[in-house]
Amino acid sequence: MAAGRGGAAEAGAGAVPTARAQVRALARCQLLSLYSLAVSAVGALVTVTLMLLPIGVGRLLLPGAATALRRLSDRYRSWTERWTGTRISPPEPLPPAEGPRGRRAVGILGDDGFWRDLRWSWLEPWTGGLLAAVPLGLVEFGLFGAVVQPFVWPWLGPSNWYAFVLVDSTPSMLAAAVLGLLFTGAGLRLAPAALELHARWSSRALSAPYSTELERRIEHLTDTRAEALDERADELRRIERDLHDGAQARLVAVGMALDEATRLLDTDPGGARALLTEVRAGSARALQDLRDLVHGIHPPILTDRGLGDAVRSLALDSFLDVHVSAELPGRLPVPVETAGYFAVAELLANAAKHSGGREVTVRLTHADGTLRAVVEDDGHGGARLDRGTGLRGVVRRLSTVDGTLALHSPPGGPTTVTLEIPCEIRCENPCASSSPKTSSSSGTG
Amino acid sequence: MIRTLQEHGCEVVAAVDNGPALLRALREQEPDVAVVDIRLPPSFTDEGLRATLEARRTRPALPVLILSQYVDQLYAQELLAGGQGAIGYLLKDRVTHTAQFVDAVRTVAGGGTVMDPQVIAKLLARSDARGNTAELTPREHEVLRLMAEGRSNAAIMHTLHIGESAVAKHTASIFAKLRIEASADDNRRVLAVLAYLKR
Repeated sequence: MAAGRGGAAEAGAGAVPTARAQVRALARCQLLSLYSLAVSAVGALVTVTLMLLPIGVGRLLLPGAATALRRLSDRYRSWTERWTGTRISPPEPLPPAEGPRGRRAVGILGDDGFWRDLRWSWLEPWTGGLLAAVPLGLVEFGLFGAVVQPFVWPWLGPSNWYAFVLVDSTPSMLAAAVLGLLFTGAGLRLAPAALELHARWSSRALSAPYSTELERRIEHLTDTRAEALDERADELRRIERDLHDGAQARLVAVGMALDEATRLLDTDPGGARALLTEVRAGSARALQDLRDLVHGIHPPILTDRGLGDAVRSLALDSFLDVHVSAELPGRLPVPVETAGYFAVAELLANAAKHSGGREVTVRLTHADGTLRAVVEDDGHGGARLDRGTGLRGVVRRLSTVDGTLALHSPPGGPTTVTLEIPCEIRCENPCASSSPKTSSSSGTG
Repeated sequence: MIRTLQEHGCEVVAAVDNGPALLRALREQEPDVAVVDIRLPPSFTDEGLRATLEARRTRPALPVLILSQYVDQLYAQELLAGGQGAIGYLLKDRVTHTAQFVDAVRTVAGGGTVMDPQVIAKLLARSDARGNTAELTPREHEVLRLMAEGRSNAAIMHTLHIGESAVAKHTASIFAKLRIEASADDNRRVLAVLAYLKR
């Protein structure tokens, strides 16, 4: 039910909308008032089919009528979102079309969304339709006074009132024309506000009930939790395997070589020395393996410096020219930092592998309780979410922290990926420390 | 560590175990060289690095050799950013190779630059991928790597088992191919090579 605001000028009561936006809003009001006829017609149709239920015909007709009504309400939902940026969460889809019609009708009767649609169809002409008609009526009446009446007033008879002006002479006709212009202007000015009000009404009438919202949230959380658990299990398996094949195997080899060297110490000092050199190399490799492993789990620089510098470090490792601008007011929660870091790392790797570009810019910002990372390359574009597993993996990882990914990659480029993760700042800059030893005294919330 | 340094003829004037004390010691003792662990109390993050950068703000060429459990390109860049040399950045593992470690301490004390092979390997991999070092022969490539790590000609001779004239020939060829201005001064040579690799 989150009501985001669209960037368009017609959205706000703040700035005065431009003339073009006003005319567009007026046209939309016109559309709404025409459609309110359709809404009441379909609403009436559904009501009639409901009345026909007892004699059986209604059971056959109801699914079709309900579907038509849903289509209409869906159209209003998408209009509202497109025109004012107010997102209306849709209700659950109507019961599917399979099975006998009669059973489907029963399903529809038990559907909360259907009844909400029906209620809306009866109310919309009286609320939404009338609301949209106010600016429309003002403009039409105004235009009549300003444009039509000057030419036809002599034939309109002696008691021709235009609003509160008795039009019976040229001066009074001119006064009426000015008044008409004022009406037109007022109507135009009102149109965006009327649309905004209509959006609010629609959002109340057409939103899925709160319980549905909650159900969806629970479903989402269940899914992402399962994914997070799977991922963690995979991660642990990977760590176990890496340790087993890497450091552990090397240490075993080191131990064996040491054993052999000890045995050779008296008989073949030269051979023993060669073995010990090998041991040194082996232990160095084991250390390196452990370091790589740690880096793959949680890069130390992320702990030390936070997301901004960790991404700068990634930039230095990339084969492309990566420009990083990080404007973060402080440290972010650890899961967010980790998810953001690995997402950006994956995107940079993708850019290096597939984009064909040379330069990448990464912008990190935090505003309105959301971390935003924008990664843009100058490559040839054409990236898609449904191709390859890289981006899908990023989306999955982000979903566990309620993060989203938006990809914009037209053929010919450039490719822009925008990550958003809702989060609060963990502690302001300069963040004294991130270590648990002192965070209790330095954390601000 | 203290014993190792003393065995090799170094006098240890101060040994401290946290960031603020380190900064104080760097300022008051004016050591010929400091060997600093990057991870120190109280934050256990990059306290050593911060103290070093802070101390070098007032005394820019203060020689410091930083040791760390892992190396990061960003930290390397921050340490090199001043461009004065007298800096070292090595993995802690290198300490076990005593001779090389003491060598590194002496190089840094003498105003030189020492970078961990891992830092250089990453820089080189990047340069290679970007085609910046495509003209070099494999041997020259290896010499370039050692130069970037901060090794002297003598050390390069020793590591690659080649003669002095061969090293001179390779370095001259590298500088000509990469269009780096040759410099007799060892430290300036390292900085020039590092600057080239960062392109």
